[in-house]
Amino acid sequence: MTAQVITVTSGKGGVGKTTAVANLATALAADGRKVVCIDGDIGLRNLDVVMGLENRIVYDIVDVIEGRCKLKQAMIRDKHYPDMYLIPAAQTRDKNAVSPSDMIRICNDLRPDTDFVIIDSPAGIERGFRNSIAAADRVLVVTNPEVSAVRDADRVVGILEAEEKGNPALILNRLNPVLVRNNDMLSAEDVLDLLGIQLIGIVPEDESVIIGSNRGAPVVTDPKSRAGQAFRNIAKRIQGQNVPFMDLDQQSGLWGAIQKLTGRK
Amino acid sequence: MEQITSLVQIKGIRDGLLATFSDAPWEDQRAALLFQIEERSSFFQGARLAMDVGNQILKVNDLVDLRDRLSERNVALWAVVSESPTTEQTSQLLGLATRISKPRPEEQKQYADTISDDTALFINKTLRSGTRVEFPGNIVIMGDVNPGAEVVAEGNVIVWGRVRGMIHAGAKGNRSAFICALDLSANQLRIADEVSAMLKPQKDPKPEIATINSEGRLQAELWQTG
Ligand SMILES: Nc1ncnc2c1ncn2[C@@H]1O[C@H](COP(=O)(O)OP(=O)(O)O)[C@@H](O)[C@H]1O
Ligand SMILES: [Mg+2]
Repeated sequence: MTAQVITVTSGKGGVGKTTAVANLATALAADGRKVVCIDGDIGLRNLDVVMGLENRIVYDIVDVIEGRCKLKQAMIRDKHYPDMYLIPAAQTRDKNAVSPSDMIRICNDLRPDTDFVIIDSPAGIERGFRNSIAAADRVLVVTNPEVSAVRDADRVVGILEAEEKGNPALILNRLNPVLVRNNDMLSAEDVLDLLGIQLIGIVPEDESVIIGSNRGAPVVTDPKSRAGQAFRNIAKRIQGQNVPFMDLDQQSGLWGAIQKLTGRK
Repeated sequence: MEQITSLVQIKGIRDGLLATFSDAPWEDQRAALLFQIEERSSFFQGARLAMDVGNQILKVNDLVDLRDRLSERNVALWAVVSESPTTEQTSQLLGLATRISKPRPEEQKQYADTISDDTALFINKTLRSGTRVEFPGNIVIMGDVNPGAEVVAEGNVIVWGRVRGMIHAGAKGNRSAFICALDLSANQLRIADEVSAMLKPQKDPKPEIATINSEGRLQAELWQTG
């Protein structure tokens, strides 16, 4: 077993990175995979809250790096999935406490007995961002269908290209089919057309996401939620399965856009 | 240590400090700069630093790493001046300035001598948000110019792709410069000191060329073959 390290990043904050990490990790664990999540947002940790593990934290990633505990001691086991762990961020330290080589070392230590390491990253393109992508085998860029979020995503894609981090894939989060139909929101085609990267999933706007996060129970575990279904599909695609895209009823031109993409650089 | 410190020259300029690098290996110079800062940390505290890196070819990793190390020492890197187009692009990608207020007279003279009408910078990729490309000749881009990207040429600009960012041709005042592209739905076009209004995105884009017309206004028209 040698893990794939996946970093979830965005450029702009608040677009749904932490939500995506918690949900994708949970979906992968539900599929029987061994998963370790790393909260790379040092100083602003919140993955533990979204995963409902806040009050189990004893050690964090900076304790591991500075030698105050073993890696295993900082791995918090999930309440429902015994093969899922979280390595929390430090709350009271800043991002300079972690370096890219620390991240690479920790991920390499995790690789032998894990299927997926999923890293949450902070907003921006500064050091925290670079720490988060240092060990990545694959990068998922999250954006919302908003002009400013897409522009920041474009910038991040440019940096990933310059860093030769392979081809990032796109998660388009919080799409609202009604707004798109009324031309009040960028459509999936608009976003894909601009970014020109591979699409791995579209997650609809869904209030059950917020309810789930507040309860510390990611929405993927709710079989009725549309957003949950979208995250389950993305998790399948991460595992190499070919899952058709959900019909969010506004995607008439989407297939054309996806096809056009495959012919472009 | 005398030897190390002489690799990088530091002096005060109007906007803060300027570190001028030599042709020595990047690693050595980087170490020399950090060494000087540590030696005289009170002098460098809170400083704004510009770097003139000459011909050094620097990638994103090199610059981000140095910027982080500088910021740990409370020095803010704001500009990187370079003769290498790669380094210049890297700096622009990171949002660093690539010109400092003091123009470099040698540089301008050098351009005047070496740049002729048929010199072009060829860019074989899409320019994404946050990238700025400047060249004292023509620029040819095989790819798109995305919103938030800027292209500034003293000559003409040709884009084999879609233009949705900002393009400035004839940037030093050449009013006969042109901009052409497969799809010109740009945010803004400029030729010399004329500025176009925002062009509407077209449903079915066709190649267009923008020039300054006989009334002296910037105008885009369909590309006529033959
Ligand atoms: N698909 C969605 N539908 C509704 N709300 C969402 C969705 N995705 C994320 N959110 C909400 O958006 C906010 C920001 O999400 P978060 O994952 O913390 O973003 P980031 O980690 O990128 O800063 C949270 O309140 C979250 O619950
Ligand atoms: Mg977050």
